[in-house]
Amino acid sequence: MAPIMQVVFDALSLGSLYALGALGIALIFGVMRLVNFAHGDVIAFCVFALLWPSVDAVAIIFAGNLPWFLLIPFTLAVGAGLSVLSEVVVFRRFRRANPATMMIASFALGFVIRYFLLMLFSSRPKSISLLPGLSQPVELLGARIPLLQLITILVTIAVLIGLTAFLRRTRFGLEMRAAAENFTMARMLGVRANRVIMGAFALSGALAAAIALILGSQTGTANIMMGASVMLMAFIATVIGGMGSLAGAVIAGFALGAIATVMQVILPPDARAFRDAFVYGAVILVLIFRPQGLLAARGTKERV
Amino acid sequence: MSHLSADKVSVSFAGLKALSGVDLTVAPGQIVGLIGPNGAGKTTLVNVLTGFQSASEGAVLLEGQPLSGLKPHEVRRAGIARTFQGGRLFRDLPVIDNLEVTGVGLGQSRAAAIAEAEEMLDWVGIGPLAGRIAGALPYTDERRVAIGRALMGRPKFLLLDEPAAGMSAQEAAELSALIRRIATEMGCGVLLIEHNVGLVLGLCDHIVVLDSGAVIESGPPDAIRASEKVRHAYMGSAADIDLPVLEVEA
Repeated sequence: MAPIMQVVFDALSLGSLYALGALGIALIFGVMRLVNFAHGDVIAFCVFALLWPSVDAVAIIFAGNLPWFLLIPFTLAVGAGLSVLSEVVVFRRFRRANPATMMIASFALGFVIRYFLLMLFSSRPKSISLLPGLSQPVELLGARIPLLQLITILVTIAVLIGLTAFLRRTRFGLEMRAAAENFTMARMLGVRANRVIMGAFALSGALAAAIALILGSQTGTANIMMGASVMLMAFIATVIGGMGSLAGAVIAGFALGAIATVMQVILPPDARAFRDAFVYGAVILVLIFRPQGLLAARGTKERV
Repeated sequence: MSHLSADKVSVSFAGLKALSGVDLTVAPGQIVGLIGPNGAGKTTLVNVLTGFQSASEGAVLLEGQPLSGLKPHEVRRAGIARTFQGGRLFRDLPVIDNLEVTGVGLGQSRAAAIAEAEEMLDWVGIGPLAGRIAGALPYTDERRVAIGRALMGRPKFLLLDEPAAGMSAQEAAELSALIRRIATEMGCGVLLIEHNVGLVLGLCDHIVVLDSGAVIESGPPDAIRASEKVRHAYMGSAADIDLPVLEVEA
């Protein structure tokens, strides 16, 4: 019982990270048809925003010492702020550009953020201690898991419920759903395009910040490349989920987490180093049989 | 002057004249038909009237005021609504949300938009479908959603772009009755583009016939039926057939 539950919790917490990442990408893709490859760098930026600029190996904590009830809103605001800024400064100029151009712009923005961090902090990973109380283990259903893992799962569930309620029940959510499906038509009907797009960027940035907090606490390090691996898996989850489908992104995120965790357990020890190769193999299989993704967003199909 | 009118509207695409000097007027409560062969410029004219396309020459006047330079949503707010060929609904959204987002886009509060959307769905006869996903509806119901969406905010004029395409005679007759109600009960002026000439002849108070971007005939249904030019445009020179009329129950 216990080992199975252990695997279940591992899968859920890893899947949570991928799901949060995939949601952040799908939200923006939905309204702009932009795959934002700078998303991973926004994650890294949020972690470094908690430190004073320095090239020393030991991090000098700045906002990271705040109590959790200030730390969390601060980090979410940093993520949302950076994300909205990137829309205003960069992506707004590419509104009418084709998706490939926008994607390249997002790569460029990612490099700018990464090298900005490199300049201030150097490329050396720094050890940080973020929300240290969360590494306490807890017993749950026979499994012994770090409190952080449990909180990761609960936070993700809360975010999903909150986001669903926001999209279903608020005026802004209504406008965003309409814009995600057919942006041009929504505009024609008087939906305020700039507000909707900025809202999507703000939400996406806040999701990146949530990942930053989880990753920072989990790994205990700040590394300018730390967003990259989550970004890659999250991007894959968005593709498998059906580009632009929020529900699909979440389901695929959890599925990828589950596959990766199960591979880690069932693969022979020598093959574990190749875990990701097996995960990508599974992705290829999904895309062979469902090239449109698990839940294709209708708006995407119509536009092609 | 509470009319919607096109005043000598011309549109050119890269040297090709899509419309040349088109005049057309719709009065409140009046149903005007716009017919013509494929490529005659009907949809282009609707696009000009609704701000989707600007006129190279001429002007669109709403109640005597020129609408030039207004964006589609500003034209919509000014009181000119339209539907699109094929509906163009938000297919992943519930029916009611399709109407609600339109109300919100018009500047209504959310509560007001929901209230009007519910009322409008009842009015067009699909009240019970409010919660259904728009993309899963049968064709004819989709059209009613599109019309309901266009009627949000009670526009002064409604432009319908081929609302009966693909409908059976029975469905087209029901649609005709709805369009008649829009004109009489709401006092809304309707411009109806339709390939189903029978429906247009049976329903419209006035008909304008376009061919190759120019008005070739304009008048009441009887005059259009009798027109040699219209027969010629539709059927070629040898045409000698009677245009059918679809009877509409008032």
